[in-house]
Amino acid sequence: MTTRYSFGGDEHLFVECDEAMSLDAFFKSLSMTNAVRDSRIKGVTEICPANASFQIKFDPDLIKPSEILREVKAIESAAEKHDPVINTRIIEIPVFYQDPWTHETLMRFRERHQDPTATDLEYAARVNGLPDVDAFIAAHSGSPWFVSMVGFVAGLPFMYQMVERARQLQVPKYLRPRTDTPKLTIGHGGCFSCIYSVRGAGGYQMFGITPMPIFDPEQKIGYLREFMVFFRPGDIVKFKPIGRDAYDQAVEDVAAGRFAPIIRDVTFDFREFQKDMNGYNTKLEGALHAR
Amino acid sequence: MPVRVINPGLSTTVQDLGRPGYFHLGIPIGGAMDRLALRAANLLVGNDEGAACLEAVFIGPHLEFTRDAIIAVTGADMPIKLDDEERPGWTALEVKAGQVLTFGYLQAGARIYIAIAGGIDVPLALGSRSTYPIGALGGFKGRAIAAGDTLPVGEASHRKARLGVPGELRRRPGNPAELRVLTGLYWHRITPESQKSFFSDHWKVAPEADRMGYRFRGGQPMHFVEREQPFGAGSDPSNIVDSCYPYGSIQIPGGKEPIILHRDAVSGGGYFMVGTVISADMDLIGQLQPNMPTSFVEVDMDSALRARAERAKLLQKIRNALA
Repeated sequence: MTTRYSFGGDEHLFVECDEAMSLDAFFKSLSMTNAVRDSRIKGVTEICPANASFQIKFDPDLIKPSEILREVKAIESAAEKHDPVINTRIIEIPVFYQDPWTHETLMRFRERHQDPTATDLEYAARVNGLPDVDAFIAAHSGSPWFVSMVGFVAGLPFMYQMVERARQLQVPKYLRPRTDTPKLTIGHGGCFSCIYSVRGAGGYQMFGITPMPIFDPEQKIGYLREFMVFFRPGDIVKFKPIGRDAYDQAVEDVAAGRFAPIIRDVTFDFREFQKDMNGYNTKLEGALHAR
Repeated sequence: MPVRVINPGLSTTVQDLGRPGYFHLGIPIGGAMDRLALRAANLLVGNDEGAACLEAVFIGPHLEFTRDAIIAVTGADMPIKLDDEERPGWTALEVKAGQVLTFGYLQAGARIYIAIAGGIDVPLALGSRSTYPIGALGGFKGRAIAAGDTLPVGEASHRKARLGVPGELRRRPGNPAELRVLTGLYWHRITPESQKSFFSDHWKVAPEADRMGYRFRGGQPMHFVEREQPFGAGSDPSNIVDSCYPYGSIQIPGGKEPIILHRDAVSGGGYFMVGTVISADMDLIGQLQPNMPTSFVEVDMDSALRARAERAKLLQKIRNALA
């Protein structure tokens, strides 16, 4: 992993922790952005962590670009000594896979897809060497995912699968992006899954839909009353497949203000996780339904 | 003191100087594309420089004033009419109750800013009145204004119309427009020949040009330095592991058409970027029409900072002229 620094014009410092995605690169980026925040460097206006990189917006009227570069580089060596342990949350997200709304949408944009004769799930199962859609859904919902970035549009989480690289699901993006994606679609592009927080354009494959809103600009939904965006980098997500009845029930519960997502506080220790991923994940998931 | 929307124009939104601080959650800064024009419009009517105005692109709205008001229109060249009588731009105008403000055809530039003494008084959302339509956030009900809307206007602190902004203090793009670029980010991904052609080619603004980003056409496609794509980046040579995107950054999906991200930028994604338009030239992009010839000019950090200082000086001159 080599850290690379570059300026994005006269107002941004761009730091790439690694060219390739890995949880190591994510943790380096996370600990550096935390250290930058804690160091309260003058002139810093925004700190944006991404999957394997991050970006700092600064006011060059308050701090010289060369000076901020020097300060952040100084933080790099200190951040590397930090223990990769975070206090975070695990959240169970119900997903109605193979739902009629993403199906209708994917059929409308078939000519932009690698395989116009298959659905996105059928294609994803095949390119990952899985026997069928059910096996793909089992793999997608069978292990937790790490929120390694929040962004693109308001509150959209990029999620990285917490399994060995060889088992990670990978699917190319659409050949040409769609102009429409249903709100709360579960998408996948490259090695990342996402949840489309709002309706709009998108290029990720579409697998299903969740009834659980993750962005509410009006802040009326109970768990979004404090803040309109649900996800934070470092959150851990476990998908739970649900059918049509459970989906309809959840939508009704959201509308009635009764829907309460299952959220548990957990500590995540990256080194312990690396020693035994499956065992560690089982323990994490145990927290979801512990009494 | 409400203003009634008779015709909204093409896409007219409430904008101020934006909402910094939420880009890490995908909510962009937003605000006026041409910030200098918005500041000037506010100064003309005695508002705080960052008060909320209307930003209209290509086609102006028709607005009826239900009470006396002081207004100013800055930005693009577009004939301004009060009850069909032409009035000057970049000048404080007195409007009588019942008068209707309309606009003629756009002559130069792309966006006008309509300031009303007291400011457009929609509720603050995350500290700003700017409209972010994708997130249905801020502005007038989170969307562009529509016929029949009644826009709330705040209490005016000054009752007197100010003078105009002198012509030499109105900044606009040349023809061809020249946008100064600091290279960096993933500039090393393209070959030296492509690095050269990016700056020497003649580009034109494509029809896909909005508050999120401006697309350009007409130059040669980029050639990439060969590499094995890093894990998670995607198979296209223009793909990177999804990263943050700076405001003003220039991405070239598939190596074909450069896109400059603007005030309503997506906060990140998986396309490589060749560099970033310097902060001093961001306002100019907001005044580019489709088909506008454009060239990219390479500068270094020192020139970028000098240009920024010059732009600050220009704003100070406008402030002095209207003090």
